[in-house]
Amino acid sequence: MTQWSGYFGLILQGALVTIELTLMGSVLALFMAFLAGMGRLSRFFVLRALATVYIEFFRGTSIFVQLFFAYFVLPFAGISLTPLQAGVLALGLNVGAYAAEVVRGAIQSIGREQYEACTALNLGRLQGMRHVILPQALLVMLPTFGNNAIELLKATAVVSLISLTDLTFQAQVVRAQTGNTMVPFTTILIIYFILALLISWGVRSLERRMARGLDGVRV
Amino acid sequence: MEWDWNFVWEIMPTLIQGVKITILATLLGSVLAAIVGLGIALARRSPNRALSRTVGFLAEFIRGTPLLVQLYFIFYVLPDIGILLPPLVAGVIGLGLHYGTYTAEVYRAGIENVPRGQWEAAKACNLNARQTWTHIIIPQAIPPMIPALANYFIAMFKETPLLSAITVLELMNQAKSVANTYYRYIEPITLVGAFFLAISLCSVVLLRRLERRYGKIER
Repeated sequence: MTQWSGYFGLILQGALVTIELTLMGSVLALFMAFLAGMGRLSRFFVLRALATVYIEFFRGTSIFVQLFFAYFVLPFAGISLTPLQAGVLALGLNVGAYAAEVVRGAIQSIGREQYEACTALNLGRLQGMRHVILPQALLVMLPTFGNNAIELLKATAVVSLISLTDLTFQAQVVRAQTGNTMVPFTTILIIYFILALLISWGVRSLERRMARGLDGVRV
Repeated sequence: MEWDWNFVWEIMPTLIQGVKITILATLLGSVLAAIVGLGIALARRSPNRALSRTVGFLAEFIRGTPLLVQLYFIFYVLPDIGILLPPLVAGVIGLGLHYGTYTAEVYRAGIENVPRGQWEAAKACNLNARQTWTHIIIPQAIPPMIPALANYFIAMFKETPLLSAITVLELMNQAKSVANTYYRYIEPITLVGAFFLAISLCSVVLLRRLERRYGKIER
């Protein structure tokens, strides 16, 4: 009889690593998304160009290749990263590029009249952004951000290939030690699904909270 | 370590071999995803509640879990119950099923985008269900779907490196084996990135053309 409780502990440890990666990757992705998304809307050509190159590059190449590049090639350039650092970097930068387009789209979806109102109230560009445009745009971004976060969660499985001990990696360990494939893989599939459900539930309740007080403002 | 052009030319034929498999997997996966997506979309519209609910849940489940784990599941778990698949076939099935859940949404949006009046007009002209679909709905629903479908096929192309994890000798796997043979990572992995960037930039140009020709789907 196999000692399933011990193996289940191993899987739970993996789940913690997956959650940690997802959270850290999401924070980096959010940061990059606003940086690059705003960059694309900048008045300055250089900023626009930089943001566009970043977005096209990271959306154009596979996350898998980016991860391997960060882990295997960067050390030759003198930048040694731990698997966790490489994982967070690749996930955050990749998903950040997708989310940057969401930020840009949401800001552009805010009507002209809102910008005109800012001008009429004599708000500066930053003030208008901060108090008028972003509060409305954030609400538009949220559902897609939720999808992006789920994509990021799913992409974390790839880091098992650079020896990070996440859910998928631990399932492989359990498989190697017990010879049973069905149980570990089914378990982690269910855990991933629950995590994805948690994200979409969290985003939806956040959306409800943020929508408060904005009734009638949105078209 | 320095960039070595001689080495690049030496490994090029091996990598091209990998590119062929990558493209083959993408094409087969796309065909399967297009079919699976249609199946899911139709099943979800079915008046049979049990069928539409079950398929809906399965699609949600597949979309909420990582492709890599699904590939492991198909490649390692299915043999336990007597289904032994060659790596490439397992990979194509994984890609097709995973992206089928995404293309299902495209079909759904495409079908819902056909105005109600068209259905009513078909009824008024005394067309039966089959005639309504083949002559009225599908011809109007398909064109706006094409760019959206292509979008997912490009996304699928960027996920094909995952197949290397189940021993398919595609581009990434060829690059890794070359890198492990010569202990040089810079050239092979950078070249993989370059190949992906080149092919996906070309496909993005193609996608823009499709969008101009058929219009963008509103979702």
